[in-house]
Amino acid sequence: MPRIRGQRHRLFAAAVTALTVMSLAACGARTGEEPASGSQAAEVDTSGDTIKVGLLNSLSGTMAISEVTVRDALLLAIEEINADGGVLGRQIEPISEDGASDWPTFAEKSEKLIQQDGVAAVFGCWTSASRKAVLPVFEQNGSLLFYPVQYEGLEQSPNIFYTGATTNQQIIPALDYLREEEDVESLYLVGSDYVFPRTANRIITAYAEEHGIEIVGEDYAPLGSTEFATIATKVEDSGADAVFNTLNGDSNVSFFREYAATGLTAETMPVLSVSIAEEEVAGIGAEYLAGQLTAWNYYQTTEGAANESFVQAFQDRYGEDRPTSDPMEAAYTSVYLWAAMVEEAGSFEVEDVRAAADGITFDAPEGTVTVDGDTQHLFKTSRIGRIGADGAITEVWSSGEPIRPDPYLETYPWAEGLS
Amino acid sequence: MTVYLSQSFTGISIGAVLLLIALGLSLTFGQMGVINMAHGEFIMAGAYTVYMLQGPISDAGVSLLLALPVAFLVAGAMGALLEWLLIRRLYARPLDTLLVTWGVSLMLQQLARDVFGAPNVHTSSPDWLSGRLTLIGGEDPLTLAYSRLFILGLAVAAVAALTLTLRRTPLGRRMRAVVQHRDLAEASGIATGRVDRLTFFLGSGLAGLAGVALTLVGPIGPTMGTNIIIDAFLVIVVGGIGRLRGAVVAAFALGVLQAVMEYSTTVSVARVTVLIAIVAFLQWRPQGIHTLRTRSLA
Amino acid sequence: MTSTLTRWRAPAGYALGALLLFAVAPALLSDFRLGQLARYLCFAIVAVGIALAWGRGGMLTLGQGLFFGLGGYAMAMHLKLTDAGAGQLPDFMLLYGDTSELPWWWEPFRSPAVALAAVLVLPMGLAALIGYAVFRRRVRGAYFAILSQALAAAFAILLVGQQATTGGTNGLTNFQGFFGFSLLDPVNRRTVYFLIAAVLLLLMIGVRQLFLSRYGELLVAVRDSEERVRFLGYDPALVKLVAYVLSAGTAGIAGALFVPAVGIISPALIGIVPSIQFVIGAAIGGRASVAGAVIGAVAVAWAQTTLSEEFPAAWTYFQAGLFIAVVAFLPGGLVSLRRLLARRGPRVAEVPA
Repeated sequence: MPRIRGQRHRLFAAAVTALTVMSLAACGARTGEEPASGSQAAEVDTSGDTIKVGLLNSLSGTMAISEVTVRDALLLAIEEINADGGVLGRQIEPISEDGASDWPTFAEKSEKLIQQDGVAAVFGCWTSASRKAVLPVFEQNGSLLFYPVQYEGLEQSPNIFYTGATTNQQIIPALDYLREEEDVESLYLVGSDYVFPRTANRIITAYAEEHGIEIVGEDYAPLGSTEFATIATKVEDSGADAVFNTLNGDSNVSFFREYAATGLTAETMPVLSVSIAEEEVAGIGAEYLAGQLTAWNYYQTTEGAANESFVQAFQDRYGEDRPTSDPMEAAYTSVYLWAAMVEEAGSFEVEDVRAAADGITFDAPEGTVTVDGDTQHLFKTSRIGRIGADGAITEVWSSGEPIRPDPYLETYPWAEGLS
Repeated sequence: MTVYLSQSFTGISIGAVLLLIALGLSLTFGQMGVINMAHGEFIMAGAYTVYMLQGPISDAGVSLLLALPVAFLVAGAMGALLEWLLIRRLYARPLDTLLVTWGVSLMLQQLARDVFGAPNVHTSSPDWLSGRLTLIGGEDPLTLAYSRLFILGLAVAAVAALTLTLRRTPLGRRMRAVVQHRDLAEASGIATGRVDRLTFFLGSGLAGLAGVALTLVGPIGPTMGTNIIIDAFLVIVVGGIGRLRGAVVAAFALGVLQAVMEYSTTVSVARVTVLIAIVAFLQWRPQGIHTLRTRSLA
Repeated sequence: MTSTLTRWRAPAGYALGALLLFAVAPALLSDFRLGQLARYLCFAIVAVGIALAWGRGGMLTLGQGLFFGLGGYAMAMHLKLTDAGAGQLPDFMLLYGDTSELPWWWEPFRSPAVALAAVLVLPMGLAALIGYAVFRRRVRGAYFAILSQALAAAFAILLVGQQATTGGTNGLTNFQGFFGFSLLDPVNRRTVYFLIAAVLLLLMIGVRQLFLSRYGELLVAVRDSEERVRFLGYDPALVKLVAYVLSAGTAGIAGALFVPAVGIISPALIGIVPSIQFVIGAAIGGRASVAGAVIGAVAVAWAQTTLSEEFPAAWTYFQAGLFIAVVAFLPGGLVSLRRLLARRGPRVAEVPA
């Protein structure tokens, strides 16, 4: 019996191998060749009465806390534009997908939005890792992503519009502020262990070398880490003039509690954070943050009629207690910018939209923003804010006018060798 | 030298947290052999208890102290319910208990997300726990934050209470009897099912206490349990099953090792080193620091 | 009559499986859906190894992410280096790295032969090392499960911490070619799918043969009573080691195939949560049966994508609830339902205690 069984299995193995060889025989293009099946560019589906766009945010998992707020802001913008008659006479139909805080899922869902749904553009992604994961998908399919979060720069994909700040619109102005207004001569760098903090800290180190600032310590905590007793001790021992904080999410709660427990205060050693927005303040506790600094392009308290109506509309739609924050504003703005590009181009096709992008402006809640066609980033105003005891962030300094985006820091001689 | 001394103190405060989160496990895992992956969510329940109590009671100190017994009862009740619903059917299959309770932990996390929302919530600490105690003044002062001191005190008190319960009370005697020889205990008229449930109640209640303590140092959110559960289990694995003393030594040893490594290298290197040190240690003493001698072959 | 039926049931099942994978799925599914299926099949390959180590060997391997990652990174490093071209650095190193030198441990992966060997040798070698140390000291049960988790977590932390040479949290992504074939061409991506399906079928058949062999009997005996096997003169540690190393090897293969199919490998696929996810599918489908584990893994991954899109919260409850119910009350998994309903046939593969 067993022998017969074994023979039969060998037969099956042979059959399977044969099948494999057969399927392998049909081979496609080698690397560097154009695929025989022609261009890969996915078609934008313009067959219906509406035009579809994709919203790609984490609605579950660790990043959901932040990304759901971005999704809300995107939907608000779409509703407003639809109420105003839509784009090129068509209503926008959002298709929301959950990235589930998982990078491969982001790649898979973006492929689905582009190929199955034929969306004209995708809005979303938060972490750099998710953006890096979807980037090849957008480039291969010739589709468009609008990315609404400040990031570490050193990137410029023709298929992505970056509506958050790049480093010279957030980190460098923040360093200028610390050096000029707070007379900081030594810095301690604390960050979560991922791309943005590590790249930001390389830029900060290069800047510090140029401007005679001493970096007295640099520490990274694994994402989600909540034990900061040692890092707080090291920060205290270092005697730095200020802390540059690129921690993300939960870790901030533990860090600021330990920081307070060591007896440090905003007066003795201010902390400037680049990832704490209005949303996060409540979870960390305003009393631990009072007096600390943040660097963004937008605050809920930013003055101007555009912001007043944005905050009003957002709270009418989602509740009085919901704060607005920089990434939400950048997301909201991104939809309007896309709509303006489409109107300018008179077409939903990606190539036409890209060609029409340069110089498009929008009176955003943060003030007027302009698209820079070369880099596909925005001209944005940099703002330093101070967190109040009530949790609101108020502006203490601003660059006054929008700063030209420079993702590769080409205009800063000291940044040579960073990219 | 002072650096290492002061880092040892930091290590002790890390160890105090580890001890408190692992203490409940030393009962459920150590005494009963149940691997309860939902232990972290019981800790979370304790933390949310503080948050709930701070609604009606605005004084942070009062609500914190009141939360201790309430969280003990809430988490204990959750534990007893879990034991009654699922775990008692699985005593013969410890690995399946691990998986089942992991499923329970997923559910509880989602429940927390639905009830309290996905973002972290914030609780305020009482004023008398801010600041730090200076043990040795001077150039390089040795200090310990009051919040950590509170956790240390709580951990010591819990260990003492647990030891007394196990050694001196009729319940403790019954619990030890069931651990040492279930059949004989049953034959002597002990209702082993009830003892199991009570043990589980106590162990889970201790998780609730740990949750209250964690509100002083960390974030309160639906995923807080996942971040600590493995650390808690490692403390018990290193400490050895069935002995409180082992868990105490292991918690502080791991805390100090982590703190000292972290100071001289980076957090991730320290983490990896500690994990590898644990694996190496188990090579040397597979049953942990302290073990109950039994007649089984393994 | 019955014996003929029984004799032909398994081969017929595999033939049906091959038909579905090689003919029906490619004919019915779009390129995008076929790509998704390729991803699920990678998880199924991991499940084959889990059925061997856990279902038959009783070792709850909660750290398969470690081996999946080793295989995945070995493959990804080779693809990255090939994309970069001779003497060049991979793109992410230019962005995040501090040196213009390729780290010495990257260098061997330029060679396709070394990379392919590493896909197997790295996970299996590490598993042999861990397994030898652990089983010899008779660490088992929960201790083993928790240790596996700790090691997977340590590996993920290590990768994240070394961004300049591993890509950090981003992982390795954006691959252009696969051994000379362009991954941009849908025809080639289809071929990758066929490759994965073929590997899965071969591994399933191989592991099933192993189950039926003398070694398979011995493994089950060790699972059910290690002491008794020791008294019979066998070394249980060695028996377990073989199963553990083989399951690490399958996870490594799965990781390596995942890279061209999905186009990314990152620490997020390696840590504690993904490692437990690998086990879930096998547990729901049926841990002690190869087909059960594979079907479970594919079904859970598929349901995850489709249901989590529609109802993220409800999906969590449903998945967790189903998982609890199956593990607690139907330890043989969903495939054992048939046997329970029919109440006939040999009960070869009862589940471990």
